[in-house]
Amino acid sequence: MSKPADLVQGTLDMLILKILALQPLNGWAISQRLKQISSDVLGVSDGSLYPALHKLEHRGWIRAQWRSSENNRRAKLYSLTALGRKQLEKETANWNRVSAAISGIVRLEEA
Amino acid sequence: MNLEQLFYSLPLRLRSFFHANQLDQEMKEELREHLEQQISENRSRGMSPEEARRSAMLAMGGVAQIEQQCRDARGGSVLRNFVQDLGYGFRQLRRSPGFSVLAVLCLTLGIGANAAVFSWLEGILFRPYPAVAHQERLFAVAATVQGESSPDELSWPDFLDLQRDCTLCEDAFVSKITGSTLNIGDHAEGTTGSIVSANYFDAIGVHPVLGRGFEPADDVGNDSHPVVVISDQLWRNRFKGDSQIIGKIQRFNNVPHTIIGVAPKGFYGTFVGRAIQFWVPVSMEETFESGGYKLEDRGARWIESYVRLKPGVSRAQAQPQISAIAARLRKDYPVINRGRSLGLWALWQTPFNHAGELMPILAVMVGVVAFVLLIACANVGNLLLVRSLVRRHEMSVRVAIGASRSRLLKQLLTEGLILSALGTAGGFLMAYWCRHLLVRLLPVGAGRAMYLPGAIDARVMAMGAGICLLVALIVGLIPAFQTRHLDVAGALKVESSSVAGTRGRSWMRSGLVICQICLSFVLLVGGVLLLESLQKLRTTPPGFSTTSVVVTGVPVVAAGYEVARAKTFQTELIDRLQGLPGIESAAFAAVTPLGYATFPSTPIAVDGYQPSPDEQPDVEYNPVGPGYLATLGIPLLSGREFARTDDESAPLVAIVNRTMMIRYWGGQDPIGRRLEVKGRWARVVGVAADSKYESMRETPKPFFYVPLRQDFVREPDLNIRTTQSLQGTFAAVLGEVHGLDQNLALYEMITLQEQVNRSTSAQLVAVTLVSTLGGLALLLAAVGLYGVMSYSVAQSTRELGLRMALGAGAANLLRLVISRGLRLMMGGILLGAIAALVLTRLLGQLLYNVSPHDPRVFGAALVMMAITTVCACLLPAWRASRTDPARVLRD
Repeated sequence: MSKPADLVQGTLDMLILKILALQPLNGWAISQRLKQISSDVLGVSDGSLYPALHKLEHRGWIRAQWRSSENNRRAKLYSLTALGRKQLEKETANWNRVSAAISGIVRLEEA
Repeated sequence: MNLEQLFYSLPLRLRSFFHANQLDQEMKEELREHLEQQISENRSRGMSPEEARRSAMLAMGGVAQIEQQCRDARGGSVLRNFVQDLGYGFRQLRRSPGFSVLAVLCLTLGIGANAAVFSWLEGILFRPYPAVAHQERLFAVAATVQGESSPDELSWPDFLDLQRDCTLCEDAFVSKITGSTLNIGDHAEGTTGSIVSANYFDAIGVHPVLGRGFEPADDVGNDSHPVVVISDQLWRNRFKGDSQIIGKIQRFNNVPHTIIGVAPKGFYGTFVGRAIQFWVPVSMEETFESGGYKLEDRGARWIESYVRLKPGVSRAQAQPQISAIAARLRKDYPVINRGRSLGLWALWQTPFNHAGELMPILAVMVGVVAFVLLIACANVGNLLLVRSLVRRHEMSVRVAIGASRSRLLKQLLTEGLILSALGTAGGFLMAYWCRHLLVRLLPVGAGRAMYLPGAIDARVMAMGAGICLLVALIVGLIPAFQTRHLDVAGALKVESSSVAGTRGRSWMRSGLVICQICLSFVLLVGGVLLLESLQKLRTTPPGFSTTSVVVTGVPVVAAGYEVARAKTFQTELIDRLQGLPGIESAAFAAVTPLGYATFPSTPIAVDGYQPSPDEQPDVEYNPVGPGYLATLGIPLLSGREFARTDDESAPLVAIVNRTMMIRYWGGQDPIGRRLEVKGRWARVVGVAADSKYESMRETPKPFFYVPLRQDFVREPDLNIRTTQSLQGTFAAVLGEVHGLDQNLALYEMITLQEQVNRSTSAQLVAVTLVSTLGGLALLLAAVGLYGVMSYSVAQSTRELGLRMALGAGAANLLRLVISRGLRLMMGGILLGAIAALVLTRLLGQLLYNVSPHDPRVFGAALVMMAITTVCACLLPAWRASRTDPARVLRD
C-alpha cells in the first residue's frame, strides 16, 4: 500500500471536513464532491477516502449515522461535530499560512 | 489526546472494542453501497451491467485492502493489543509455572507487607475510630505545661470554657478512659469504659441502635445521672442480645446504672488500642475516677478531650484561637493555670492513648516494608532476566516478522503487570489476614480487650494500586532493558559466559543481587539493634525486684465496700497474708509501677525552695501501705518507712525519692523538712532510691510516697513478696480473701517481671515485625543469590569442564563459585554498611542504650549474611564441582 504524501494526506482531511461543513453526506456523495471540486487534480481514489473517513470519525471530528435515503436504501451519513468545526478552522488557518509562505517563495524564484 | 476529543470519540472507541464485528459489517455495507451507487451511475451513462460493475470495481481498488486500512484507522487497537498481550502473557506464565509461582510469591510477600503496614497506619493512626464521622477534622486537645515535656489533661471547668469559646470548633467533647469490674467469680476481670460529655454521641455522629444517647442534663451534678450506654459486644455477650435491655439496671463500680442505649455494631469508642465497652456521662465522674468530685475543681485535671474543627479550618488556623483561650484562662486563674497552655494534636499523635507508642514503630515499618518490596522486585527482576535470555529467540523472531520495539516493550510491561496484579491480590489477602496481628503481639491484662485493627479502605486500596503499577513498571522494564540490545542475527549465536568473572549482560543480574544484599543487610542491622534494645530494656534494673514480687488486687468497690469497711479489710488481709508460709511481706499501693494506671500528681511547695516565676512544681506520687518499699525491694536511703501508725489521725508524712531530694533540697537530707501536698503540709520522714515509675525508658524523676491511710483509695493494688509459685500464691491469697468475705474475688496475678514485659511490649512488636521482615529479606536475597549462581554455573559448564580437564580439582571449583558469591556479598555489605550507618539513626527513640553504630551489631549482621551467602552458594558450587569434563567437552 502506498502512502500519499503527508501534505496531500493532511489536505484530504481538510477537504473532507470542508465538504461536510456545508452539508451531511454519505461516502459516495463525498467522493463525487471531491472529484467535482478538485477537478480530479488531487486524484483522490475511493481507496483512500474511506480509511480517511474512518480515521476522522475515530478522532471525533465527524460523526456517522445510518439513514434511509430517498430510494429507501440504508446509507451512512457523515456530519461535522463541534470539535471537527474547530479542527477545520485550525487547518484552514494553517493552510492559508503555509500556502501564502510557499507562493511567496515560488514568486521569489520567478523574479 | 485531549479530554474533549475523548468525549467525542469514546462511544465509537468502546463500540469498536466491544462490537468489532458489527462495525466490520457496517463498513462492508458502506463500501458495497458505494459500489452500487457507482454502478448505477455508470449504468446511467449507458454502460452494460457487466461493464458498469467492472469499471466501478476498478475505480475502487482492492476491497480487502481498503477494509484493512479502515480497520487500522479505526480506534480500539490499543485496547485490543493490550487484551492480546494479556492473553499471551498468561499463556507464557502458564508455560513456566515454577517461575510464575515463585515470582508471584515474592511479590505477594513484598506487596502484602506494604499493604498490611498501610492498613495498620490507616486503621490505627489516620482513621482510628470506626463509624466516627469526619475523622480528618478531629483533633485531640491537651494542655502543655512549661518545663514539662509531656502534655497534661484538662480540668472540667477549663474544658467548658474551651467548648464555649472555640468558635472555629464544630464540637468539643470529652472521652476519658475508665474501667469497672463486671465479672465476679474467683477471677475478677476489668472492663474498659469511657466517661464522656453529654454531647459525645451527637458530636461523633454515632447513634445508639437501641435506646438513646445522653442529654445535656447528664453533664451536671455529682453522681446524679447513673445512666449508661453499652457496646454491642457487651450487649451480645453479657446480656445475650436482650431486645428489652433498655431501662434495665446494671451495677458499675457498685452503683446501679440504668441502661439507656446500645451502641451500634462496629463502633469501638474513641481510644486507640482499646475496644470500649460502656459509656457513662461526666456527672458520674466520682464513681469512676479516684480523687473525689472534680467537676467544680479547676485544679483537678483529668479530662481527655477532642475537638472537631469546622469544615475548611486547618489545625494551624485553629491553634491561635485555642492559644488565646488558654491565655485568657491563665489571666483569669493565674495561680491554678500558671505556665499552662492548650494545644491541638492530630489523631495519630494523640498524647493520651496508644497512638503515640505505635506511631514510631509504624513509621519505621513503612521504611522496612519499602525495603522488602524493593528486594522482592529485584528478585523477580532477576528471574525475569534469566527468563528473557531463554526467550531471546522468541523475541528475535517477533522483531524479524515485524513487531515494533514499542510493541515488544508493551508486551513485557503487560507481563510485569500480570505478575504484579497477582502479587497485589495475594498481598491484600495477606494484609486482610494480618489485620489483627498487632493485637496478638501486644500482651495485656486479662479482660482488657485490645483493639488495633488494620483497615483496608479506599485509600489503602489506592495505595495498593499505585504500588502495583510501580512494581509492574520495575519488573517489566528490567528485562526490557535487555531486549533493547536485541539483535536479530546475534540471537542465533551461542552464548557462553564464565563463573569466574562477570561479563557482558550478567553485570545487571549481579547488580540486582548486590542491591538485595545491601538492603537486607540494612534490615538485619536494624533488627539486631532493636533486639539489643529490647534486651537492655527488659534487663535494666528498674529499681525494684521483679522476680519474687507478684501483684494483684481485690475488687472491693464492685462488692459494695465503703471506705470504712475497705480500711478494715485491707488491714485484716495484710495481717492474714503475713502469717502465710512463703510470703515474706505484702503491702497495698494505689498504683503499681509500669502498670496501665497513671500515678496521681499534685502541685507541691517546698520549704526553702523558691520556684521561678513560670514554674509550678507538679510531682507524681503514690499512696502506699506500710512496708511497701521493703516488699518491692526499693532501697531506703535514709529515714524510715511508713508504719501502721501513720494513719488518718497521725500527722501527715511523706517519703521522697533521691532525685526529688537533689532537685528541691539541693541534695541535703530532707528528713524533718516540710512538703506541701494537695494544699496540706506533710513532713518528710524518709528518702527512697530512684526507680522506674511509668516507663522503663524514663530518666530519674522527682517522685514521692504518702501513706495510703492519709490519701485513701478503696481498691489499691496488692503487692506480695513470695517464694512460692504464682499458682500457689494465687490459691493461698484467694483462700485468705475468702476467709474474710466469701463474695470477693481476685484480679489477675502477675509477677512484676511480667509487668515490665507488658510495659515494653511495644518494643517487642517492633522487634518481632522488623526481625520477621529482616529474615524474609534475607531469605529473598538468598534465593536471588542462589538463582544467579546456579544460572552462571549452568551457563559455564564448558569452561568448568575445561578447567577440570586442565587439572583443577573439585575443591578448586567449589572455591571458585563460593568466592564469587562472597565477592558479591562483600560488595552488597559494603554498600549496606554505609546505608545502615546513615539509616539506623532513624530508629531514634526505639533504640534504648544502644548506639545506632554499634560495631558488635554490624559484626553480627555480617556473620549472619556470610553464613547465608555460603548456604546459597553451596548447591551451585557442589554442582560445579561435579562437572564431568569428558561429557561436557564431548558435547
